[in-house]
Amino acid sequence: MRISRRILAGLATASLAVTATSCGGGGTSGSFDDTVTVGILHSLSGTMAISESTLVDTEKMAIEEINAAGGVTVGGKSYKIEYIVEDGASDWPTFAEKSKKLIDQDGVPVVFGGWTSASRKAMLPVYESKDAFLYYPIQYEAQECSNNIFYTGATPNQQSEPATDFMYKRSPAAGGDFFLVGSDYVFPRTSNTITKAQVKQLGGKVVGEDYLPLGNTEVAPIISKIKKALPEGGIIINTLNGDQNVAFFKQIQDAGITPSSGYYVMNYSIAEEEISTIGPEFLEGHYGAWNYMMSIDTPASKKFAKSFKKRWGADRVVADPQESAYNMVYLWKQAVEDAGTFDDNAVREALVGQKFDAPQGPVEVMPNHHLSQTVRIGEINAEGGFTILEETGVVLPQAWNQKHPSSKGFACDWTDPSKGEKYKL
Amino acid sequence: MELLLDSLFNGVAIGSVLLVAALGLAIVFGLMGVINLAHGELMMLGAYTTYVTQLIFKLPILKPFYNSYIIVSIFLAFIVSGVVGILLEKTIIRKLYGSPLETLLATWGVSLILQQFVRSVPLAYGTGLVISLIIGLFLPSTFPSKIKESINFKYFKFSTWLFATLTGVLTGNIISSSVSKLSRASARNVDVTAPSWMRGQVEIIGTAFPKTRLMIIVITLISVIAITLFLNQSAWGMRIRAVTQNRQMSDCLGISTEKVDIITFGIGSGLAGVAGVAVSLLGSVGPNVGGNYIVGCFMVVVLGGVGNLLGTVFASFGIGIMTDLIGAGRLLSIWPDMPLPLSNTINFFATTSMARVMIFALIVIFLQFKPTGLFPQKGRMVEN
Repeated sequence: MRISRRILAGLATASLAVTATSCGGGGTSGSFDDTVTVGILHSLSGTMAISESTLVDTEKMAIEEINAAGGVTVGGKSYKIEYIVEDGASDWPTFAEKSKKLIDQDGVPVVFGGWTSASRKAMLPVYESKDAFLYYPIQYEAQECSNNIFYTGATPNQQSEPATDFMYKRSPAAGGDFFLVGSDYVFPRTSNTITKAQVKQLGGKVVGEDYLPLGNTEVAPIISKIKKALPEGGIIINTLNGDQNVAFFKQIQDAGITPSSGYYVMNYSIAEEEISTIGPEFLEGHYGAWNYMMSIDTPASKKFAKSFKKRWGADRVVADPQESAYNMVYLWKQAVEDAGTFDDNAVREALVGQKFDAPQGPVEVMPNHHLSQTVRIGEINAEGGFTILEETGVVLPQAWNQKHPSSKGFACDWTDPSKGEKYKL
Repeated sequence: MELLLDSLFNGVAIGSVLLVAALGLAIVFGLMGVINLAHGELMMLGAYTTYVTQLIFKLPILKPFYNSYIIVSIFLAFIVSGVVGILLEKTIIRKLYGSPLETLLATWGVSLILQQFVRSVPLAYGTGLVISLIIGLFLPSTFPSKIKESINFKYFKFSTWLFATLTGVLTGNIISSSVSKLSRASARNVDVTAPSWMRGQVEIIGTAFPKTRLMIIVITLISVIAITLFLNQSAWGMRIRAVTQNRQMSDCLGISTEKVDIITFGIGSGLAGVAGVAVSLLGSVGPNVGGNYIVGCFMVVVLGGVGNLLGTVFASFGIGIMTDLIGAGRLLSIWPDMPLPLSNTINFFATTSMARVMIFALIVIFLQFKPTGLFPQKGRMVEN
């Protein structure tokens, strides 16, 4: 018994040590009049930690950059930004609980956080009831428009729609049939509903779809179905999540479903970070669609990638979700400076119309709390990056998708009190 | 014909993944009655061993043998998971025999610790730790009996552990300085790439089969045959079966039940490591990889009948073939013009998620009628 008590004591100390390190302090010190503390809320443990920790790194970097350039200036006073990092632990109720803690206990004016739609849906009621503000950086299924959330990721019409169009009209498999594969949760199902409607409009055919339960890596039945539905090759739209992609691509390659035999996969959840985990040898010749790709050849993009590598290590990569997270910190800073206060309501008003020269090119905050962005289609190359094939102009965000049967004809506008969350066009 | 062959192969392929994962549990849970929730994490250690072996074989000295790393890693994974299993048995599980609830909680705790361990300890030092465990646990048993019986044996034991620690730290440092990918802790999933001879497909009777799937079937078959031979033909196998059937009597007849427990648990854990090699060929390797399989493993063992290896074999292939039949909607292609309501039902269940629901439901119904599984254990143990 004595031993077990000692082990327990050891465990307790260890967990204390972990909590102590998880609350980090701010960036560089300089001469500031005051400080402002913001909240960062992502999963640092559990399944999502792999992806979400890269956002924490990016947000820290953005804050450090802002501090190094003199901080936030509000009402003639310069504020140094400090941050509290909380761990959502890949557990959706924890996200809600930590949000409450950040808002009530720490009194932060803004929270940067979330990745999965499930975590956002869990946090949404908290921010709405406390009238606080969440900045959410991930490309998602839309069909949501909250006054208390600001979305900097792509909506489906800024990612999947141009991608489907490209696959059906201009890819090597143009005119072919579609097969849709995804993880079994809200984003793939909504995204595929939109894709199905769009393929029908284009005159194409969806010959099958299947969803893999989260955590399941047995794709053998899906492979048989793809082979049966697309015997001569065709277009596969992939919305699988995280490491399920590894199982999928390893096994389809072994089963002979490759670009050389006429199968082309368009991916909505595979960015540079994921390519390096899955291995470019499995992905070469397939496609991806994003707003930001590391291979964008502009000074802003190169500077972003360079400073990230300098801050976190030469082998690190930047990808679309990180760019989105980077943008939102800067947009918040600009909005606060324009509003002249940290007060949520004033900042929210000042936020709409903010323009920022992002690494992907110019972005602008729209009245529906989403960003106007550029969409790029890229082919995955042997070096683990994208060869950019197409670039649209600036695409306006649709919070309510115009191809989804349930939201056709609706839009969102928070600048006009008579319109609000969902109004008929 | 081709369709049938394809379907059968798919079923066997899915089943063999289940079987190789459940085999170790069939021994630990089936024969010993230990509910080991850390079984999945022992698999994960096997998968990480494959990854580490792969990277070490990329070093210039071992580069010529790179293509055989997967074979080497099967043995290494068996040893690594086996040793961790033995340590687990010696420190935690031994004290909890006969109290299944406490075992369940304790092993679940262990599984969390192991998951966090691979997240926050650089793999190079993890390897060093495992090496020092191997030396520390096994070196003393190779000493001549003269030393073992002397009063000063504890000093010998102490110095072996000292030696083991030093060797572990040294190897950890050597690996960490020569393979940069192993020198930093990371929560990111890593990837095992099969050597080129195992990629792609082979054609048998007009149907193409993925080579990695064939490899997994081979690994599974070899494991099953080896473990059956061991249990039925070797002296230790006989002792294990004796202890399983009647512990007190075996003890009275001079079988060291303590040693039998260690060996049984070690072998069960080692097989989990082998399963880890197999699953690393299919997906990515990460801290959560084991958790994805644990439910399936228990399902297979319970369905097959606790304490019966043959049952486990039948249950896994049965579930595998059912998964393929339902999940890929095979019945429709065998009988294309079946009546509409029936074909609609089949189509409804012909997705991966729904196929799972269907299989769970079928298993629940089956267990209602045969609560002890396909092949129930007969005899004294059941009465106890």
